[in-house]
Order: sequence, then C-alpha cells, then structure tokens
Amino acid sequence: MKALAARRHHPMALLVILLLALVATGGLYAALSPQTAQAEAYSEDDVEAGEALFLANCATCHGRDAEGLVDSGGTTIGPSLIGVGAAAVDFQVGSGRMPMQSSGPQAARKEPQMTEEQTRQLAAYVASLGPGPAVPDEEWLDTSKGNATKGGEIFRVNCAMCHNAAGAGGALTRGKYAPALDGVSAKHVYEAMDTGPQNMPVFNETNLSPEDKRDVITYLEELEKTGSPGGISLGSLGPVTEGLYAWTIILSLLLGTAVWLGAKAK
Amino acid sequence: MSNNHDGSTAARGVTTVAPKEGGGFPNPGLPPHVHRQADLHKSAEKRAERVVAGMFLLSVIGTIVFIAAYFLVTPTGRNIFAEEGTPSALWWSNLITGLGLAVAVFFIGAAAVHWAKTLMPDEEMVEERHDIRSSEETREVAVGIINDGLEESGITRRPVIVTAMVAALAALPIAVLAPLSTLGPLPGNKLHHTFWGHNPGQRLARDHDGTPIKLSDVAMNSIFHVMPEGLTHDTPHRMEERAKAAAVIVRIDPKLAKNEESMAMGVEGVLAFSKICTHVGCPVALYEQQTHHMLCPCHQSTFDVTDGAKVIFGPAHRPLPQLPIEVDDEGYLVAPGDFTEPIGPSFWNIHKDK
Repeated sequence: MKALAARRHHPMALLVILLLALVATGGLYAALSPQTAQAEAYSEDDVEAGEALFLANCATCHGRDAEGLVDSGGTTIGPSLIGVGAAAVDFQVGSGRMPMQSSGPQAARKEPQMTEEQTRQLAAYVASLGPGPAVPDEEWLDTSKGNATKGGEIFRVNCAMCHNAAGAGGALTRGKYAPALDGVSAKHVYEAMDTGPQNMPVFNETNLSPEDKRDVITYLEELEKTGSPGGISLGSLGPVTEGLYAWTIILSLLLGTAVWLGAKAK
Repeated sequence: MSNNHDGSTAARGVTTVAPKEGGGFPNPGLPPHVHRQADLHKSAEKRAERVVAGMFLLSVIGTIVFIAAYFLVTPTGRNIFAEEGTPSALWWSNLITGLGLAVAVFFIGAAAVHWAKTLMPDEEMVEERHDIRSSEETREVAVGIINDGLEESGITRRPVIVTAMVAALAALPIAVLAPLSTLGPLPGNKLHHTFWGHNPGQRLARDHDGTPIKLSDVAMNSIFHVMPEGLTHDTPHRMEERAKAAAVIVRIDPKLAKNEESMAMGVEGVLAFSKICTHVGCPVALYEQQTHHMLCPCHQSTFDVTDGAKVIFGPAHRPLPQLPIEVDDEGYLVAPGDFTEPIGPSFWNIHKDK
C-alpha cells in the first residue's frame, strides 16, 4: 500500500486509473449486457474456415465482405449479411436454400450443399461480422417441455394466415409462397421465426418469447404425429383440392353409376 | 295393329303409326326387342338370381361389420386395431364403420337394380293416355255447378260484403309485416366505432396472450397481431368486439415511406392497421416483409403498408383503416382513439359522421 500511496501523485496515475475504469466498464458491459447472440462458442479457426467457405460460395452475390451487392439497375443481387446472425445462416444453409440454385422470386428448400460442420463455420464467420440472433439452445427445441395447445393458439394468430392452419403452406404474390411446414426440423422452425427469412416477417423474442416458439414447434410436431384421422387429407389445402376431387373423381363415379343404371342388361 | 318396319311382330300392342296421308315424317317405331341372356338360358337366369341374392347378403355382411366395429373398433374406448384413444384408433373407427355402412346401403340398391335389369320383364310397352278433354255432359254439369254457386252466394247482388271481403284480404298481409318491426335495433353507430374508440388510450396487446407491446419490442420488418389490452374474456360481446378491433402493427424503414400522413399516425415507422379487409371483411394478415405488401387470403386484395395501406391490387376499394398510435410514459404503444375510418366492408352511410 505504501508504494501505491507514494506514486499517487505520479503524472501517469490519472492515465492508469482512467485505463482501469475503461477496462472495468467494458468488461462489466460484456458480462452483464443482454445476451441475444452467441449461445454457441465459435473458435477463431471456425471463423477463418467460414470466411474461406464464404469467399468461395457466397461472395458472388453477397459481396466479398458480406456487405451485399446491388446491380447497376439498383436491384439487390444479394442482401448484406452483417448482423443477420448465426441463426439466419444456419437456417438458410442448413435447409439447403443457400447457396441459391438460381435467381428467382424465392429460394426453395433442397438438399443441403454444405455439411453440418461447414454450416457451423459459415455461421461463425457471419456471426463475427456483427451481433445477430444465435442458433437456439437445445432447451428451446425440446418439445417435451412445450405446450401444444398454447402453441396452436399462437400459430393460428401469427402463422396460419400464410402457412395454413394445418401447416400445409400457401401462395403469396408473384411466385413467392409460404412453404409447407411438415418435415422441417425444430431448429429451422425456431430460426425462421427468429430471423424472418426472405419475405417472412420477423418474430423475434420481443414478439414471441422462446417459450412461445417452443410451444409452436410442439404444436407443429403434434400436427405431424396426429396425421389425418378423417382419412385422406387432400393436402389440407381446402376448397381447391377438395373441389378438384369432387369434380373429377366423385363426379366420374356418379356418372358411371348413372350410365350403369340406364344401360340395358345383356 | 300392324307390324314393325322390320317385319317383326309388335309385342304387347306396340305398333307403328302409318305415315300421314300425303307425306310427313314416318314414325320409325321401336327397335326390335333383344332378349337377355337370362330370358333365353335357364343357367343365366340362375346365375343372375345368385348374383342378386349375393349382393343382398353382402349388404347383410356390411351391416354386421358396422355393428361389430361400433363396439370393437371405437375411437376412444376398446379398439382392436390401435391403441385406445389415439388418432390412429379414430382413423380405424372411421374407416371400418364407414365402409361397413357404405357396403350395407350400396348393395341393397345395387341388388335391386340388378334384379330389375336382369330378371324382371323388360319388354317395351305402351299405355295409351285417355283424352284430356272431358265429355260434353261432364263439361255442362261443371258449368252448371259454378253458375249455381255464384247465384247462391249472391256475390253479384251483395256489394257491401264483397267490399268488406277485399278489405279483409288486403289487411291480412300486414300481420306478416308487423313482426319485422321488432327484428332488433338498427345498427346505430356500431359500424362506425370499435373497442379502441370506446376506451381511448388503451395499450396495444399481443393477440395470443394479451401482453402489452413496447415500442422497443417491435423489430424492423416484424408484424404483431394485436387487440386492445382492455378487451378481455369478461368484455360484453367479446367476439364481436374482437372481430372489429383486430389490428396488426408492422415496422417499416421510414426511408421507404410514401405517405407522410400515414407515417405521422405511427411512431418511428411503427404503423398499426385494421386487420379486417375493406372488401368483404376477411382477416388481411399475409405480410411480405420485403415488398411491404399485405395480402388478403380470400380475394387477393393487396395493400401497400408503406403508402398508408393503399389498395394496389384486388377487389378492395378503400385502404385499410389506420389506427393512430403513440408511446406512453413507460414506453408502451397506446392508441389514443379509434381507427381513422370505419373498419371492414363499406356500407350505405359509411362517411356520415356518427
């Protein structure tokens, strides 16, 4: 203590104190600030590998620094990925939507082109560009803790208008559509809500809490498990397929019966 | 009675009529009768008999299947094909009882038709209809009855009674119209106002759990489906109030705004609109976050939320009414009043102030 007291009036003391205060503030902020991002720890190697993958596979459209590209006519070729977070990458790449097969109104789900490890590395790189939603914790994907009834209510209020009450999907404008939700993994459903891919609005955690999202996932899983106890669901698409069925198959059966009734026996 | 044109003998009095004198179209008559297998061969007749009996028996089996399934393959209780109370049990119950009943009903009909077609007589026959005109005597008697009736009732001689009778007949329909006046009150101003306007200053709450929404909760390009916070399970006429008050809030980049007036009714690009389509009242909520178009699922009316929810496609005629919003001291979104216009489909006196 004596040494410290002796140097109290040293010209550098003020600087040292200021430095200490800054470090403390920064450290405390880092420790206590709301953790929206980075549930998963990515290593420096992941980020580097991700950057290499990004340059090889994504930079053509999203730009070399993921800042997005716009063509001379002002049309977006690929949006900026700064701040979209690891969740967006995990969803887009993990569901095969990215890398995009061809330019069009909407990227379709297909066989993923990256391995899980590569997807993780890409996510690490994009997450390093700016804070954004992270890949969800296992806890929020555990449907044994979810409430399917509440999830059904949330789904009908927030999702069913586009994705159909049975999750069968539906059309939007100019070739865009809300995809069917059967067979989509819990993680991807969560990430889609969190990040709002393509034309889907964002349902981040200030709108639907992680618990709410888990309930929705539970509801979707329950829907899939239940199947269609009433028989053939006809795709759960409502009057379109039902009308087609009635006017083709049912009407043919009725016509056939009428012909049989009217025909003379041999 | 003459022969048919091909020379065969007319069966059961069926004849062809000779062509009119001096031309006209000759009646082609009926084609020759073709006998069925069952008419010609004893074995075919036996077979047809067995088929008909077989179909009736199939119907009996269908009935038995239905009754058995009703007790053995139930949706919630005992089920021999699936675990009790599962959706699969319901599926089996629907399938077997349905098929049983379908077979039972269908084969009664099919057997009856097959019986009639193969075994009952099928020769063509004609039954002549008698003349529509009655005989002269009958007609005279009828006219006599009417004249006697007129004479005896004295309609021509008693104008007072006739006048009174006409009055009675004219008055009676009014009795039918009278109850119409008590068909309930007129809508009054109910079509012009919603729950937001009844209780100004309410917070906007999430539809699915009723929690209020902070301005800071509304992320860019998100959509919230909202109800007034005060509209709870205990609100009188809850469903009607919900149907009218339903709204959405979206947040758009203020740089994209095309309508100053609409932006001024929002806060920092957060805008609230009625969710009820101005065409026929479907819930408009299909929101494309990149184009900022809101679609109606019923008839594809499309509204541009960057331009005051102007109609850019489809049959809707008015923009979605906007709900002006503010932020209260605690940072929650509140609605100081009602929608700018009556919500939902247009009606007769929509722009009359109420």
